[in-house]
Amino acid sequence: MTQKQKSEHLLRIEELKKYYPVRGGFFRRKIGDVKAVDNISFELKRGETFGLVGESGCGKSTAGRTITRLFKPTSGKIFFEGEDITNIYGSKLRNMRKDIQMVFQDPYASLNPKMMVGSIVSEPIINYRRVSEKKVREEVMDLLTKVGLPEDAYFKYPHEFSGGQRQRIGIARALALKPKLIVADEPVSALDVSVQSQVLNLLKSLQKEFNLTLLFIAHDLSVVKHMSDRIGVMYLGNLVEVADAHDLYRDPKHPYTRALISAIPMPDPRNKSDRIILKGDVPSPQNPPVGCPFHPRCPEAMPQCSEQKPQLKEVNREHRVSCLLYD
Amino acid sequence: MSSQNALLEIDNLHTGFNIDGDFHHAIKGVSFDVKPKEVVCVVGESGCGKSVMSLSIMQLLPKHNGKIDKGEIRFNGKNLAEYSEKEMNNIRGKDISMIFQEPMTALNPVLTIGFQLDEVLLNHSKDSKESVRKKSIQLLKDVGISRSDQIVHEYPHQLSGGMRQRVMIAMAIACEPQLLIADEPTTALDVTVQAQILELIKKIQDERGTAVMLITHDLGVVAEMADRVVVMYAGQVVEQSDVDRIFHDPQHPYTKALLGSIPKMEEEVDELNTIRGIVPTLTKMPKQGCRFVDRCPAAMPECRQIDPQLGETDKGHTVRCLLYEESRPGEKAEVRS
Ligand SMILES: Nc1ncnc2c1ncn2[C@@H]1O[C@H](COP(=O)(O)OP(=O)(O)OP(=O)(O)O)[C@@H](O)[C@H]1O
Ligand SMILES: Nc1ncnc2c1ncn2[C@@H]1O[C@H](COP(=O)(O)OP(=O)(O)O)[C@@H](O)[C@H]1O
Ligand code: SF4
Ligand code: SF4
Ligand SMILES: [Mg+2]
Ligand SMILES: [Mg+2]
Repeated sequence: MTQKQKSEHLLRIEELKKYYPVRGGFFRRKIGDVKAVDNISFELKRGETFGLVGESGCGKSTAGRTITRLFKPTSGKIFFEGEDITNIYGSKLRNMRKDIQMVFQDPYASLNPKMMVGSIVSEPIINYRRVSEKKVREEVMDLLTKVGLPEDAYFKYPHEFSGGQRQRIGIARALALKPKLIVADEPVSALDVSVQSQVLNLLKSLQKEFNLTLLFIAHDLSVVKHMSDRIGVMYLGNLVEVADAHDLYRDPKHPYTRALISAIPMPDPRNKSDRIILKGDVPSPQNPPVGCPFHPRCPEAMPQCSEQKPQLKEVNREHRVSCLLYD
Repeated sequence: MSSQNALLEIDNLHTGFNIDGDFHHAIKGVSFDVKPKEVVCVVGESGCGKSVMSLSIMQLLPKHNGKIDKGEIRFNGKNLAEYSEKEMNNIRGKDISMIFQEPMTALNPVLTIGFQLDEVLLNHSKDSKESVRKKSIQLLKDVGISRSDQIVHEYPHQLSGGMRQRVMIAMAIACEPQLLIADEPTTALDVTVQAQILELIKKIQDERGTAVMLITHDLGVVAEMADRVVVMYAGQVVEQSDVDRIFHDPQHPYTKALLGSIPKMEEEVDELNTIRGIVPTLTKMPKQGCRFVDRCPAAMPECRQIDPQLGETDKGHTVRCLLYEESRPGEKAEVRS
């Protein structure tokens, strides 16, 4: 057995940071950093769906794009199948790209409007694999059927499709290289509920069929819970809680997770629970609060919370929380 | 369909647009009403005509291609279509006011918050500038903006999305309207901020007795906020009832399908229900029969021929579906040839 096959984790992130420089003044000098991802660690087990959830601007997309090496990490390490891919380049990076694919939020912006759907889905195959034209066509037709598009979609252009169908095209393209990991960044956020459910069902069934590992990023916790085996909750560039999806909902530990769950309006008028209403808005990641990043809004904040930054710690089996209440 | 005590009555409303020389209805025979102090939620997917309906009420349809060509919208018993532009201007912001999904588009970026709020008040009263400014600051406090004496000097871009929406709400309630129309007021906001804004709308309705027509596609928001629910599909009301029956005794196949397609936090299911296909666009709308037919799991052959009518299945519960027409005495659907 090689090292590759042995590791239980397909992907492991260690203390990953991604800062964007803020420039200002006459010389456009760097005057600060947006700490979009500020030290996160987690791992994806083979074949699981890991959900990353949090409000807008908390760093989910940045995390997704840094993990797939679309962005260069500021610091930290990314291991894929046990191999450090943080700084690989050239043919190694090219090879890795085959194994890790992304699906994006906006099905309108992420497809080239001038390309036929057939060409959009074949492009990665032609770029990465040596197969005959006939074989490419067959594979693409097969993929289109698998994602629930009619075969004649091959000869049409993206604008001829609805939002949900375009998202299916994006999924077919991501599947074309038979990746091991798909990072889906808000894949259903732009869709209506009825179409959203079609795409969620599709992603679930493809995951089984292709034995995929899925990093599922979304801001809607009920969608994330439906899709995921485990969930990581992000706040201001930090992971504040990581747990099994069921445990996270039944027994949320972090005050932010509790507020997030209680803020979701339940589709049942007989079940109007008392809300935890948080004060204020999410602070700017350019100037995050000292100490616990959540302390200005936390209903349970203690004096030490504005001084000491909590670390992610295991409080139960496979349940990690970053909060001084559990220190 | 007129009831004595309704504040707003929408009666067989037909609104449409000229598209490439043809007139297409985006609203085709919508009727419902809003009573004083009531919260009515209008729910449906994108393109169902929710916004066209609210623009029709406000008489704010695009002039070059949109128009109401049938039906009435009565406010306190008087048909809004009969008002002059000037009279309508008086009603807008004073008796009926509206908040939109994206507050940035409704606020003027080059004017201070205070100036814009003062304007609304000055438009509808004869108070002095000083007393108006005082009132503006108080209004901002009322909607939960703490530094309100400073915020009046700031510009919209200096505020967060949640704060801008609060400012919009302050402007909307400034003249104590009888009816507040909120078109997806929280869709652009994060869920913890949405919770704050919904709480604020509830408080206004409760303390000031303002009737609210809340337009949303989020069934969670509906369950949380509504007294009564109007479910729209493709420009028509397909079901209407009190909130409890919509969620616990839904009757129209579209309502049932919508409820089944959302993931629920407390349930674990492997597969979600789906509704095949999508809402037809205006130019692709079936000319005859039920507009939901291509997506309906219960569709029958006659659904392509007969236009289902909205009728009562139970007291205060109306449904537009042929499955329920047989059981309605005295109301036989007509077959069109
Ligand atoms: N100015 C216009 N000209 C032509 N068609 C229009 C115009 N405005 C809206 N429509 C069409 O009318 C129908 C209803 O649109 P409307 O904006 O009311 O939907 P909605 O229910 O508010 O959707 P959403 O949830 O996306 O806001 C759609 O098919 C839309 O494309
Ligand atoms: N290219 C960029 N340059 C500078 N700042 C950015 C860039 N992309 C994102 N940010 C900032 O980083 C933070 C995290 O953004 P993002 O990862 O997009 O969050 P999310 O996906 O959770 O909404 C936000 O404050 C955002 O404004
Ligand atoms: S560390 Fe303190 S402020 Fe942060 S979440 Fe825990 S209790 Fe709240
Ligand atoms: S009328 Fe027919 S097609 Fe329309 S909702 Fe009822 S059963 Fe379905
Ligand atoms: Mg994002
Ligand atoms: Mg709308």
